[in-house]
Amino acid sequence: MSPVDRSRLPVPGPDPDFTFPAADTHHLRNGLSLRTVERRGLPMVSLALVLPAGSGLDPEDRPGLASLTADMLDEGSGDRSAIEMQEALARIGAELDTETGPDSVVLALSLLDRFVPSGLQLLSDIAVRPRLGAADFERVRTLRSNRIRQLRDVPGVNAEAVFARALYGTHPYGHLSIGSSASLAGMDTGDVTGFHRVRYDPSRATLIAAGAIDGAAFARQAEDAFGSWRRPAGDAMPPAVPADHSNGGVAGAAPAQRLLIVDRPGAAQTELCIGHAGVPRQTPDFHALVLLNAVLGGHFSSRLNLNLRERKGYTYGVRSAFDFRRAAGPFSVRTSVQTDATADAVAQVLGELRDIGQGRPANEDERSLSMATLTKGYPRNFETAGQVARGLAQLATHELPDDTFNMFVPRLRALTADEVTRAAGQYLHPDRAVVVAVGDGARIRGALETLGLGEAAIVAADL
Amino acid sequence: MPVPTPGLDIPFRKHVLDNGLQVVIHEDHSCPIVAVNVWYHVGSKNEVPGRTGFAHLFEHLMFEGSAHHDAGYFEPLQQAGGTLNGSTNSDRTNYWEVVPASALELALWMESDRMGFLLPALTEAKFNNQRDVVLNERRQNYENRPYGMAGLAMLDALFPDGHPYRWATIGSPDDLQAATADDVRAFFRRYYHPANASLAIAGDVDADGALELAAACFGEIPAGEPPAAVPATPARAVPARRMIEDRVELPRLYLGWLSPPMYAGGDAELDLLADVLATGKASRLYRALVYERRIATDVSAYQGSRELGSSFQIVTTAVPGIGLGALEDAIHEEVARVRASEVSPDELARTLALTETAFVSRLQTVGGFGGKSDQLNNYNVFLGDPGYFSRDMARYRSATGASVRAAADAHLDAAHCVTLSVVPAGRHDLAAPRSEPAVIT
Repeated sequence: MSPVDRSRLPVPGPDPDFTFPAADTHHLRNGLSLRTVERRGLPMVSLALVLPAGSGLDPEDRPGLASLTADMLDEGSGDRSAIEMQEALARIGAELDTETGPDSVVLALSLLDRFVPSGLQLLSDIAVRPRLGAADFERVRTLRSNRIRQLRDVPGVNAEAVFARALYGTHPYGHLSIGSSASLAGMDTGDVTGFHRVRYDPSRATLIAAGAIDGAAFARQAEDAFGSWRRPAGDAMPPAVPADHSNGGVAGAAPAQRLLIVDRPGAAQTELCIGHAGVPRQTPDFHALVLLNAVLGGHFSSRLNLNLRERKGYTYGVRSAFDFRRAAGPFSVRTSVQTDATADAVAQVLGELRDIGQGRPANEDERSLSMATLTKGYPRNFETAGQVARGLAQLATHELPDDTFNMFVPRLRALTADEVTRAAGQYLHPDRAVVVAVGDGARIRGALETLGLGEAAIVAADL
Repeated sequence: MPVPTPGLDIPFRKHVLDNGLQVVIHEDHSCPIVAVNVWYHVGSKNEVPGRTGFAHLFEHLMFEGSAHHDAGYFEPLQQAGGTLNGSTNSDRTNYWEVVPASALELALWMESDRMGFLLPALTEAKFNNQRDVVLNERRQNYENRPYGMAGLAMLDALFPDGHPYRWATIGSPDDLQAATADDVRAFFRRYYHPANASLAIAGDVDADGALELAAACFGEIPAGEPPAAVPATPARAVPARRMIEDRVELPRLYLGWLSPPMYAGGDAELDLLADVLATGKASRLYRALVYERRIATDVSAYQGSRELGSSFQIVTTAVPGIGLGALEDAIHEEVARVRASEVSPDELARTLALTETAFVSRLQTVGGFGGKSDQLNNYNVFLGDPGYFSRDMARYRSATGASVRAAADAHLDAAHCVTLSVVPAGRHDLAAPRSEPAVIT
């Protein structure tokens, strides 16, 4: 065969079709929602139990309670000690993945199909009948306290904690899901059992299976394992964080001080977190914001990375993101930069946030590149059973309609350049963005204070 | 494993082009995507003292343009809906794209252009920019990260002077500063050519058509000389006791032994033993150190398998008030037990069940790091057999209590253990006894 023509890049053929697999839906009598996507090929099933019991439900005086409760779930059940529980999981080749997000707790197991019935029984023991014993509580609390001690030295964690507090104050989004040493010390077993009793409610939970299992078989096995789960006595508590267009009580005003430095004398780099409160997942402008963020800082070829990494060499990488939550989650730009470039990096970031909304709106090339990145590659987001299960978990967490993934590409394609520019003007606020810098204060403070952000406040994350 | 899962493998076709490029193709039509994955059999083990970090710095330049596409590599592939990345370790450098099936030719065109025609597009400006990026990568992932320099200190302690595993892939800042664009040219000519590479294509393609496209894109690149082999590794480390101070609250202990190379006898057994010792709360070390005695807050163990020789490492973090000497004694006690007597049948069965899940999980995705295309290249480059998946599983399935004990006994002798303590600044008292400050370049 003759060599390829190197005078031009090959032009790809038409895009493959994509349809998100239809999910089978079923409800147990106790209200538990079941979602199944059958996908044969490999003898594996991804299970996920989604509970609306995330950190957004932390009581104001108990930051970290949702995550502590989730962490206690696999510390034994009935006659089975914590160790025996782990042995039982290992015997079926499973490792429990517990994720406490702002809006939900997701308990996930990836299993060979022959182990699904045992996996569901174990998952039920873990979620529905955990021991939550006092001795286990003390041990887990000590481990978490030691974990927090380790996190105190991680620059990115400090930046995130200070940023969240500056944006949200005492709102539950204002602290890390793990809480702090002080809040941990103030909690007891009763807090955990109380939170579990009230918030772990089958009528608000969703159990998902994706992989080598059909909906009818899954419903039978789920009934066996979860059918006896009863709703908490009394009226169910409303979700603390409504899934709607409102901001969920999040303040939009700029905090009094916008430039916050966590001093790390002699640090090798400066960790930066720049941004402000964003919008909820249910915003009608979701797709415009996804496209806007892609042009701005969502991928390698976005403006921010081309500027700070590929032109200036200040950093290994920089990304921006709208963290879409039930209430208005943060919009942030995150990066680590070399110390002597700290102030210029901040100036560049703020400049990019400003330009995309007015001086230098997204041009056709940028828009088409970001559009292609988001749409043409979309099918690979659902290649594995685990990815499909996570997709269904998102629908449950945010109460989104089933056609969400099928509509993603057409909704993006319908966007005009003007809508992206309009979204930038409406949702990016460089004039009130908070700048958190974790680095060598003596070497970065002076230059940062010349940027017109006011005087720097030297703060601690208080983890 | 109680009930072995039958018929798990990665079916493939292999063809060697006239210029020596090995092409391995696997069809999987479950998702309309295709993965292109190229391995060059070069890594930091091929570097020379004074130019450490070079293989990785070079990898960065592979994304900055080639003769017929003298611009960034991300844009055209992203425009086609693809994703791409690359990585360097001690033994190999890999580059991959996952693209819609209709963009296979584009991905092959671009991979072949940088394999055959990189140097005309190389400029001092690109080189200097990516060197700055890599220096920032080092600051971010090593210098500014708690315990971030420990891995480098362990390599320095485990391997003898002159051995290429003695330095880390990220390299030293002085060496990176000393590198020149001429070094790039020499390195490219020596290591980046068809005879030192393997191309895997996996996904929604027709094998015949994919092979034709591969031949059209890569066939014209001239063959090169296969590079000379690098030195082998001693079987045992010279014991050393080192210490570094870091910006941390809790001290951490690292224990390391030299162990058999990847895929050699004992490698799978030590991998299983690492699970028995420290994966999950029911593992021996977690149970002893964290759950019962409560002298540690975390513990992990792994067999770090590499081409020339591996290392088996155990890492644990002390709780407040506990010195690392106590952890060292407790770990050696547990290691002595697995050297003296077999792990229980239940422990072995649990570990094998976890391993089986991990193997089957690896078949779920065609591309990216660890996907099927990456595995085909791994097996092809290190063993000359892309179809090794099922035999790889068999290595684990055939392990027994006796073979695990024998591997532990042969390789985890306390007399050949290397110890590193990472302590808060000024707290030498928390280090394992008789530790000497480590020198990290």
